[in-house]
Amino acid sequence: MAELGLSGPQGLALGRLPLLGAVLRSRAATLGFAIVAAWAVVAALAPWLAPYDPTIIDFAAAADPTPSAQHLLGTDSVGRDLLSRIIWGARTTYAVVPLSIGSAFLLGISAGMLAGYYGGWLDHLVSRLGDVMLAFPALVLYIILITAVGPSMLNIVIAVTLAYAPGVSRLARSQVLALRHQDYVKAAEARGEPPLYIMVMEILPNARGPLIVDLCLRAGYTVILIGTLGFLGLGLPPPTPDWGGMVVEGAPLLPVYWHMAVLPCLAITSVVIGCNLMADGLRETQA
Amino acid sequence: MISFILRRLAQFLVTLLVASFLLFAVTEFSPGNVASKILGPYAVQSQVDLLYDKLDLGAPLLERYGQWLGTLLGLSENRLGDPAIGLGLDDPRGVRYFGNLGYSLMLKEPVVDVLAQRIGHTVALAGWAIGFIVPISLVLGVMSGINAGRPLDRGISGVTVALTSLPEFVTAVVLLLLFSAVLGWLPGTSTLTQGDRWSGASQMVLPVSVLVIASASYVTRIVRASVADTLKRPFVRTARLKGLAPQRVILQHVLRNALIAPLTVILLQVNWILTGVVVVEAIFAYPGIGSLLLKAALFGDIYVVQALTLLALAVAVGTQFVGDVAYMLLDPKIRLR
Repeated sequence: MAELGLSGPQGLALGRLPLLGAVLRSRAATLGFAIVAAWAVVAALAPWLAPYDPTIIDFAAAADPTPSAQHLLGTDSVGRDLLSRIIWGARTTYAVVPLSIGSAFLLGISAGMLAGYYGGWLDHLVSRLGDVMLAFPALVLYIILITAVGPSMLNIVIAVTLAYAPGVSRLARSQVLALRHQDYVKAAEARGEPPLYIMVMEILPNARGPLIVDLCLRAGYTVILIGTLGFLGLGLPPPTPDWGGMVVEGAPLLPVYWHMAVLPCLAITSVVIGCNLMADGLRETQA
Repeated sequence: MISFILRRLAQFLVTLLVASFLLFAVTEFSPGNVASKILGPYAVQSQVDLLYDKLDLGAPLLERYGQWLGTLLGLSENRLGDPAIGLGLDDPRGVRYFGNLGYSLMLKEPVVDVLAQRIGHTVALAGWAIGFIVPISLVLGVMSGINAGRPLDRGISGVTVALTSLPEFVTAVVLLLLFSAVLGWLPGTSTLTQGDRWSGASQMVLPVSVLVIASASYVTRIVRASVADTLKRPFVRTARLKGLAPQRVILQHVLRNALIAPLTVILLQVNWILTGVVVVEAIFAYPGIGSLLLKAALFGDIYVVQALTLLALAVAVGTQFVGDVAYMLLDPKIRLR
């Protein structure tokens, strides 16, 4: 078994390293991971961290919404505490992004691995269908869904899944094609392992590296997309605090109270930067 | 080579056909939904029945798609304009012509007219943006790539990495704050109708800048990576060792090879810009087809959404086709397949 491990593909160090170890080997990835993880903690602990209820209106503060001792980051135009809204807004992002990215990768990896492993007509079908789906940008897909059935969280998840799965599937397919003639795959085939076992237990762990980099990048795009949908008023209904929605509410007051739009912008950007740093750092540890 | 182009062209048409079917299937899957979108929430049953009858809404999905495609290609009539339905929709071109995209339910006009009024603005916006993106990213990317690892490269790479992390609307908010709210140099909206206060050109600056910042930073990174990669290849070492002047090595050996790969990326940027255009037009109230798409989607104007999406699909698939052909013409190594 030891030699089988040695015959693994070169340049995919991540495949044999625990993920956290790979992250910590790069400064950029560590920083990125810290940012993403910190926001995850904020999202998880929102009810305890937020000083106020994010929907409660402080009429006294609405007269002067600038930062003060009561409201550390000030309030929005109707007097809701901005810090609390940003903290609760993290929940929206951290609920929608993992869900949609998770389902995009589940679909993409399954389709790509099956196509790469079996080849033939299945491969053709998956590739052609992927080409068609790649013609639809995620935002346009979501707009079509809204026209047909209206905005909802499920539709965001569907749009992201359909928009990103083809790209993921291409990557997974190319990984399978690169790995399927490795000795350890042949050994597993010779042992009589079922194809599903070979794909999931033998090929997938070794194809992990590029897929994880891709995942970080796409997570970043999705954070941007969710923010954009909120900004365009296509996201979740108004009482849910979401960062993009906060930006658009604050934008008309930019000349007077710039903090209302700029602070949620900073929140979104920091998460995207975190994802991109992780992708860049992990890519370098693999090279 | 001709057979390669023809095969790609056939693929292009098939992709477009399948994509248009998916589009039709999602927007018109349930006939009841179509009827309520057309007639509004307060329609009487007799009206709904008449519409079902006129538009054959009870027919199977595939048959309705065939009809829809026939109308688009000018083979069959668009019966929505029938006065008996009483929607007051009228098309001066008649009910049967090539490119018949139906009627806008929101504006009560033929979709073709609505598109014609607005598409020029969007083409201008995207055209200006691409006109800046290509030279800026090529110059910065090459400068960064040939100096890989040096301070200049670190500076350019640092800035571009940060800028690719910015959503378009964040860039827009920052630019608006700076140039419109604080400095007052540029208008906050670009409706193109405020000619007395702001010139047309000044209204274009911020929308174009937002698109350029979002896209050029990404393309710069691709160009940089490709140039830096090519510099490491053995033929560059050979050229240097045989004593060629450094400028000649860069210009004739490195760039010729390094700029082929980013070409496809630049073409794919057209897709990115399509999405960016929707966001930018919405932020600046720019009267193009991107802001129209948003309004139509929220209104439930299915025919406008179909038409604009179809246009976006044609552009996306079309650039892919152009990219494949250009790639083949530029790089003799990939003339197979």
